[in-house]
Amino acid sequence: MSNVSIIIRREFNERVRKKSFIVSTLLMPLLMLALMAAPALVMQFSRGGEKTVAVIDESGLIAPRLESSEEIRFETTDLTTDEARRSLTDKFGVLWIGPDILDNPANVRLYANGSSSLSVEEGITGRIEAILEAEKLKAYDIDNLRQILDEVKTRVTMQTFRNDKSQDGEAQAGSSAVATAAGFLLGMVLYMFLLIYGAMVMQSVIEEKNSRVLEVMVSSVRPFDLMLGKILGVASVAVVQILIWGVLIVGLGSIVMPMIMPDDVMAGAEALRQGIPDAAVAGLDRDMLQAVAAVTDTGYIVRIFGCLLLFVFGGYLLYSAMFAAVGSAVDNVQDSQQLQLPITLPIIFSFIVMMTVMKDPNSPLAFWCSMIPFTSPIVMMARIPYDIPWWEVALSLAILYASFVAMVWFAAKIYRVGIFMYGKKPTLKEIVRWIRYK
Amino acid sequence: MDLLTVEHVAKQYAGHKALDDVSLAVPRGSVYGLLGPNGAGKTTLIRIINRITAPDSGRVLLEGRELAPVDTRRIGYLPEERGLYKKMKVGEQALFFARLKGLSRRDAVARLKQWFVKFGIEGWWDKKVEELSKGMAQKVQFIVTVLHEPELLIFDEPFSGFDPINANLLKEEILTLRDKGATIIFSTHNMSSVEEICDHIALIDKSRNILSGNVDEIRRRHGANIFEVDYRGDEQALRAALAGRCEVLEGAEGETIYRSLKLHVADDADVRPVIAAANEAVELRSFREIIPSMNDIFIRAVGGKL
Repeated sequence: MSNVSIIIRREFNERVRKKSFIVSTLLMPLLMLALMAAPALVMQFSRGGEKTVAVIDESGLIAPRLESSEEIRFETTDLTTDEARRSLTDKFGVLWIGPDILDNPANVRLYANGSSSLSVEEGITGRIEAILEAEKLKAYDIDNLRQILDEVKTRVTMQTFRNDKSQDGEAQAGSSAVATAAGFLLGMVLYMFLLIYGAMVMQSVIEEKNSRVLEVMVSSVRPFDLMLGKILGVASVAVVQILIWGVLIVGLGSIVMPMIMPDDVMAGAEALRQGIPDAAVAGLDRDMLQAVAAVTDTGYIVRIFGCLLLFVFGGYLLYSAMFAAVGSAVDNVQDSQQLQLPITLPIIFSFIVMMTVMKDPNSPLAFWCSMIPFTSPIVMMARIPYDIPWWEVALSLAILYASFVAMVWFAAKIYRVGIFMYGKKPTLKEIVRWIRYK
Repeated sequence: MDLLTVEHVAKQYAGHKALDDVSLAVPRGSVYGLLGPNGAGKTTLIRIINRITAPDSGRVLLEGRELAPVDTRRIGYLPEERGLYKKMKVGEQALFFARLKGLSRRDAVARLKQWFVKFGIEGWWDKKVEELSKGMAQKVQFIVTVLHEPELLIFDEPFSGFDPINANLLKEEILTLRDKGATIIFSTHNMSSVEEICDHIALIDKSRNILSGNVDEIRRRHGANIFEVDYRGDEQALRAALAGRCEVLEGAEGETIYRSLKLHVADDADVRPVIAAANEAVELRSFREIIPSMNDIFIRAVGGKL
């Protein structure tokens, strides 16, 4: 077995066996899934629990017309306010409506037993508003006014189709909202991976330098092998983490989601995926359906994770080589801060560009930033859910991997000199000069 | 035959010369001491031999060939600043380094078991390095260094941090390794260990090799023709008898069993007449040359008095 692979194996084992790796690997997808499925889940959970509200209506105008729903049930009571507040503690609360409600709509009180909820409050005020509105309209005495007003109200729902993908009108409807969410999430993952795993490489180099293990190591292996082994070892940890996530998400999407989601949601999502968008609309939120459709579409998830792996790997290799060089140049993490700046700046910059790019994924800025290797991993990843042309992805990857090779070569030159420099913190200029050392 | 030769090696660091035209030859199967005050350039030389840094000029030959990357497997190096992964378990760590030196997993485990028994540390296999004391970690480091049975062993200050008992254990092991055929270079400024175990030395001072060769030969060469006489009898009679034949340096201070005198015989003079004269005057109990210790030679050499 070659030295590089022995080192990769050590780095990998050291990290994967840690508890923190297992915990973060398992928690992250849950967080991601929660974010992606949030709209659907919110809908699911907000349907729960009927709440009973006792009504004391001093105006006599509202109570007869208050309609109970699955969520809130209204019960008129003859008790006085004080009595009701004292005795009806098993109810959600007591609603008191003032006698002058028509002129003074602020004269409504809810005495809740325990904490109130926004949805219940909105349900109550909405109903009262509707009743008052109807009451006031009646005062104008125009026939069919209610009907006229209803006819005037219009709601537009638009379906977006990809012209360049397929000219058959019934082809898959792309949703910008879902693409935006997915793009943001992927860009975020890239951003975190570059910073976290890059810093991991740097810290590990500093640690080796401080514990003087390097001296023993370098008497057995070339510094280049050592650096490459470390970078690839940490990379393998990242790859394993992403693979675990991919499997978890596919599993959750294809097994768990159908179980927890209501049948109509699943059917709608299925219909969307089959390219029959009209069948899906049956009263459900379109974006939510799109999200569910995306999460439960194994092929889509696998494609996205394939790209994610390639970009995380390439971007990580590029940046971690720089992080390793910085780590080799300093004696402790504090000293590294200033030298890290040229590395972290492009990462943060790409994140900012990503925000703009998501609004217009085909702008020249988006294109160029997904070609420049320092920004391409994050920016390109954020664009991928928008179904951009494959040649752009391929070109971006090619540039990224080519520049990684160049970067490792440079970093190794710095690393080789840096690991035996103790004491004074070098300036950026000095570090660049090390590249020319024999 | 010389296993390792260093030819005219020079190394310049920004602002100062670490090594200036240093040459030395390490005979196969010898224990070669690399001596010198702090900052003389010993560690730089060791790093060059280990191919950790490259010399600016000059070359290092192993068996007459220039040192190549594969040769690192024939070398075992114990650096002065001990380095082990703190979070790693002792056994795993030792295995890792052994594998890097090209041992198979099975060989490495078998050899490690032997060494752990020899050093009485069998129970440490699953301990993390950070749980060990400094001396304990050094034992592990020593094992890691010699495990692949390299032909050339390089120890930088091997005894620092060891208690006398463990230092002795280490000394024994070093000599055993030499008897098995290994060649050993070690740097130190502990002179007593030099006399005990070194066959050859090189003395590096101010980046230059100022003195090198066989230890016994060097000591003999630097003998200053000083003799010590132990006797019974009259000091005045002895002094009178020796007058003109040699110079009396100092006399009977702190008289113990016998009285004694220190003499200096002129460099080219014969010693026998001196002995004869002394024998006439008093009852001689011993007459011996005082060979300088390596410590004396070291101090005189570094002080520029050679």
